[in-house]
Amino acid sequence: MTGATASLRKTLGGLPGVDQVGLEARAAGLGTRSIKTTAKAWAIDLAISMVDLTTLEGADTPGKVRALANKAMRPDPTDPSCPSAAAVCVYPDMVKIAKDTLGDSGLHVASVATAFPSGRAALDIKLADTRDAVEAGADEIDMVIDRGAFLTGNYELVFDEIVATKEACARPDGSHAHLKVIFETGELQTYDNVRKASWLSMMAGADFIKTSTGKVQPAATLPVTLVMLEAVRDFRAETGRQVGVKPAGGIKTSKDAIKYLVMVNEIVGEDWLDPDWFRFGASSLLNDLLLQRQKIATGHYSGPDYVTLD
Amino acid sequence: MTRLDVRKTHKLYIGGAFPRSESGRTFEALDAKGGFLGNMALASRKDARDAVLAARKAFGGWSTRTPYNRGQVVYRLAEVMEGRRDQFIEQLRAAEGLNDKKATTYVDAAIDRVVWYAGWADKYVQVLGNGNPVSGPFFNLSTPEPTGVVATVAPSGPLLGLVSVIAPAIVTGNTVVVIASEKYPVPAVTLSECMATSDLPGGVVNILTGKAAEIAPWLASHMDVNALDLAGVDDPELAASLEVAAADNLKRVLRAPTAPVDWLAEPTLARLEGLVETKTVWHPIGV
Repeated sequence: MTGATASLRKTLGGLPGVDQVGLEARAAGLGTRSIKTTAKAWAIDLAISMVDLTTLEGADTPGKVRALANKAMRPDPTDPSCPSAAAVCVYPDMVKIAKDTLGDSGLHVASVATAFPSGRAALDIKLADTRDAVEAGADEIDMVIDRGAFLTGNYELVFDEIVATKEACARPDGSHAHLKVIFETGELQTYDNVRKASWLSMMAGADFIKTSTGKVQPAATLPVTLVMLEAVRDFRAETGRQVGVKPAGGIKTSKDAIKYLVMVNEIVGEDWLDPDWFRFGASSLLNDLLLQRQKIATGHYSGPDYVTLD
Repeated sequence: MTRLDVRKTHKLYIGGAFPRSESGRTFEALDAKGGFLGNMALASRKDARDAVLAARKAFGGWSTRTPYNRGQVVYRLAEVMEGRRDQFIEQLRAAEGLNDKKATTYVDAAIDRVVWYAGWADKYVQVLGNGNPVSGPFFNLSTPEPTGVVATVAPSGPLLGLVSVIAPAIVTGNTVVVIASEKYPVPAVTLSECMATSDLPGGVVNILTGKAAEIAPWLASHMDVNALDLAGVDDPELAASLEVAAADNLKRVLRAPTAPVDWLAEPTLARLEGLVETKTVWHPIGV
């Protein structure tokens, strides 16, 4: 065992276990906060600005990606005061189309890579996948960890893959695409594993940690996100480096999104209440946020006829 | 040995489930002499919103069933109501203070009304639709299609009035959100139990108990409601304000009655006709 390996094992082994009952009760308790009127309007606008508008289907077409990118720039064309989303999230071959559509709007293109969603491919294929996406102009790379290796206890392999992917994110000008690391928490079985995976990824250089691919149920849940928020909080306290969090999958309503924002505020504080540090990976969530926004603006309930079909 | 009362919680009927009001509020239903009948869920605007969501979700499946099948399902509702005939009679007697004969008349009329409308399910299109003679080489056809989600303020007649507004709306393929009679809500809850145990898909009918004056304005202004039936609104000012709110997205409005309605009278096709949209197709033909 090398020194680095030993130190990784020591850190992960030294993490305290998660109190499952306490965690779930805490998450449920935070979910009962009532956010109304102006606070709700603010929270909805913030949530819209945090959405990574996502399409990750085999049936994605250039037309669909263009439509999605346009929607991300102007989610509600009838209301110029509506903020834009944070990014669009697509497969690597769609990055260029998304990038061209977004132009100089300032919105990011996030691309999944590393044999998403299963991550079952050889390392050089995963790295080539990543380099392709970065070359095509991706600002952010969403990689998946090797859950098989993680569950068999081969943390070094997972660690090394993240380090290698981070290197593959480098651009010729010396900058690098932001790296988001997806755990697929629905496959990690326990909250202890989520905590371990969080620390492991952050130590390996992740800029963001992300719950799920959206292809496995359960996807993002409040307790899982809470564990990850605690991890980024503790990691910053220890190392001084701030890491972002992105719950993805299964967040469909404004009410859900606001629960997450309450939790961010309570667990890690306002530093993370910013699209640079907290994102929602979602597709249908944006429409519900817009419907709620229209309800607040007009005073009556809106309907799906007034948002896009996607 | 004396047996403890099995007291009933009367709940809302939304999307095929029986939730309490989201607000947690209740009100008391009283019998004809002012005595306590039961605690009812007092629906809020959010319950109304949830009901519209459920109705919208159910619309696609319900409206595309064959008319014949919709007729069978509505007839099945009558079958289940027949099985609860005694319960309905008892509840009408308690709520309205009717004698046994009169209560029986109303309950039988209500069940028969459901059967009557069920029969129309696969026939109204032939009557309301038409092949139109046009001056040109076209085959021109008009056919009635469901309007969509219908919000209904039910008349105060506890059972007959209620089924007389629900049945014509659903046989044509609409889905409905009904605000039951505020004064006599108990039979509406029993009717919802009949619906849950018949073949009616969840969400096709959603029944709210509570105050029409509180909930109806939210339904009238709701942009995802396509029609408004004011059968049970007897306050002209409320009716006018609801019509104004409904104008925003051009809802079809069945206006509030100006004189008391005799629900026992033989119905016409007016209510069926009121909640459909006529689609006309021009098809070129060789001359």
